[in-house]
Amino acid sequence: MDALDLARWQFGITTIYHFLFVPLTIGLSVVVASLQTAWHRTGRPEYLRATKFFGKLFLINFAMGVVTGIVQEFQFGMNWSSYSTFVGDVFGAPLALEALLAFFLESTFIGLWIFGWDRLPRRVHLATIWAAAIGSNLSAFFILAANAWMRHPVGFAVDPANGRAYLTDIVAVLTNPQALSTYVHVVSASFVVAGLFVVAVSAYKLLHRERTPHPDEPGMFRRTLRAGLMTTAVAGAVVALSGDHQAKLMAEYEPMKLASAEAIWDSEGAAGFSLFAIGDHEIGEVGVGRNIIDVEVPYVLSFLATGSPAGEVEGINDLQQRYSTQFGPGDYTPNIPVLYWSFRLMIGLGMAGVGVGVLGLWLTRRGALPQQRWMYRVAIVALPAALAANIFGWVLTEMGRQPWTVVGQLLTAASVSPGVSLAEVAFSLTVFTVLYGVLAVVEARLLLRYVKAGPGHVMPYPGEGEPESDRIPAFIY
Amino acid sequence: MDLPTVWFVAIAVLWTGYFVLEGFDFGVGMLLPVLGRGREAEADRRVVINAIGPVWDGNEVWLITAIGAMFAAFPAWYAATLSGFYLPVLLIIVALIGRGVAFEYRGKVAPRSDSEAEIKAAARWRARWDAAIVFGSAAPAFVWGLLFANIVRGVELGPDGVVRSGLLDLLNPYALVGGLATLTLFVLHGAVFLALKTDGPVRRRARTAARTTAPVAAAALFAFLMWTQADHGSVATAVLAAGAVAALLSGTALLTRRREGWAFLATAVAVAATTAVLFVALFPAVLPSLLDPAFDLTVANASSAPYTLTILSVIGAVFLPLVVLYQSWSYWVFRRRVTRAHVS
Repeated sequence: MDALDLARWQFGITTIYHFLFVPLTIGLSVVVASLQTAWHRTGRPEYLRATKFFGKLFLINFAMGVVTGIVQEFQFGMNWSSYSTFVGDVFGAPLALEALLAFFLESTFIGLWIFGWDRLPRRVHLATIWAAAIGSNLSAFFILAANAWMRHPVGFAVDPANGRAYLTDIVAVLTNPQALSTYVHVVSASFVVAGLFVVAVSAYKLLHRERTPHPDEPGMFRRTLRAGLMTTAVAGAVVALSGDHQAKLMAEYEPMKLASAEAIWDSEGAAGFSLFAIGDHEIGEVGVGRNIIDVEVPYVLSFLATGSPAGEVEGINDLQQRYSTQFGPGDYTPNIPVLYWSFRLMIGLGMAGVGVGVLGLWLTRRGALPQQRWMYRVAIVALPAALAANIFGWVLTEMGRQPWTVVGQLLTAASVSPGVSLAEVAFSLTVFTVLYGVLAVVEARLLLRYVKAGPGHVMPYPGEGEPESDRIPAFIY
Repeated sequence: MDLPTVWFVAIAVLWTGYFVLEGFDFGVGMLLPVLGRGREAEADRRVVINAIGPVWDGNEVWLITAIGAMFAAFPAWYAATLSGFYLPVLLIIVALIGRGVAFEYRGKVAPRSDSEAEIKAAARWRARWDAAIVFGSAAPAFVWGLLFANIVRGVELGPDGVVRSGLLDLLNPYALVGGLATLTLFVLHGAVFLALKTDGPVRRRARTAARTTAPVAAAALFAFLMWTQADHGSVATAVLAAGAVAALLSGTALLTRRREGWAFLATAVAVAATTAVLFVALFPAVLPSLLDPAFDLTVANASSAPYTLTILSVIGAVFLPLVVLYQSWSYWVFRRRVTRAHVS
């Protein structure tokens, strides 16, 4: 164990943790804004109640997304100072843009939305949640452009005097094909998570109908269930299409990642999509391996990667040889079992989640509600499946880039802070892991508490014969 | 002015914005148990927190933007500072995490019934988050002063751009005075802010807190600025330092005369002038080396290339005014004083 390993673990843990909350924020901000728009348009109190109920859950999650994001802004400099010095000229720009264009928008307008219910005209108040939602979705674009640059660096040159990268074309960085494709994939996957979150909450409330304190609630959750299912199904289609596009980009720009994710050892045409493989990559010299067991669907991989069933897909052994010639001796293979299985888990769990969405839409057609209790339970389980699919997708993306931090330019081993000791990284890793662990438990329990308490707890139902008040109570801490 | 200098000024402006705006947030957080006590402690604490409730998150983004701008405009500065001040930066991050979650979560558990156990559980829940708010406000208020004093003073910076100062090197007397100065200055700034933004008992107690803190803050700030002047001063820093101390003293005087708006403006000027002293004392270095001045990171050798700085300048010139505009509007929307009636 050295500081490099721990710094990698720390970045992995803190980023995965951050990304448990982020997709929900990205998607749910738009869901809540849409619910409030529906209330604004129709004036029906059930939409207002749904806005406030899901708004409360959104805010509980939002807080965690914000605080876990703070760490990331500092971590590049703390643990990866050599990397930061090398890429700062290029990488810093999207980060600064993100803060200036998106974070300010999101944080200022979320404050106005939370506290502005009885201070702002209705129309202006509705605009504040949309501004916050736009801020959330915009910040994703900038950070994904920065990340995509690491996987497919464009619009830069390296200064021979100091050996650092410098920016030559900001438009190229912001329109990087990897950035645009990743953005569509990540944001649509976030909407799948948000859709399934709404589905899971609604299904839970419908499943426990007998505990419902008010007769209006089943009607309300029937509507949000449908809306959540619809969101999931539509976003799921976009996820699949953009995922296909991502695979083609991967074949073009990151062939080693694709080869590892598919356990293709030797370059071949008409390659099949592997369903189950057990490989031996310890034999002989570095990067020479083979599969012991491999079950595959013929032609599918070649078709996915190149658009032609006979297309050539490069293999790990050949790539390793090519890179050794190009960059000098070394091991250029990522962790193949991790890549292989995270690819399968991402697709499997993601499709299962979207499948629940599509199935649910069919079962609830024409306002019907399924009678079997297990169907609600399946709908609830779809949420963690989708969250896990998001995480596995990022594990695939990030660990597939190894051993590089900037593909072809900077090795991970050359990226860490030379002045930071093993003890310091071990300490911060422990602190973050423990702190995050505690906060995750607190957040989960708080969400559950609010889901159980239901919408009446957030916005009380009017008593018998009492007219609904026009004055809307403000959210207060 | 050449582009790297423009960006040095821009980053100084972002840090100034951060300290002026989060300065009172930190003060408010530290004063929470002092101002919210007695029989109506819970109501008063909610008054205190609601005074910054809608704006603290937006204020904190000034820090994120300042750090992001350092990364973009002076990558070597960003890298050397954050890796060189590893443990203090870690402490600040942990504090900010705790504080941010605490603001959002402290009011989220109300007793579900009248049973004593439920009421006690809710009280315990709030007490824990209140502790996080106090710690999460006090730690950054002190550590930011400590760090900036060390940045001005210089660190064990080698020719490779790597800082090798240990934690104990950072805890030198000058930096400790710097930390004390920012800590007390922010308490005062927060007290004046609460006197301006609240009414009732909280407002009265805030005025008392401000009067009590003022002599300590004035002494600490005076000592810190004199020391800075002696070691790194120029005519410009002398003028700014005099302005900072004068603003702090007049702010206290104005508060005693119940001119709370003007008093707040004065403490804001004191914070801004203090930040300006530090950046002016630093220029043209961004991180001086104690080993050899030739190893200094400077505006010239730490900056990004002209193309990057030009892009950043265009975007900054368009969007920063816009940010100031909508943040000001949000302060305008919540301009009314917060009282117990608003939180019940």
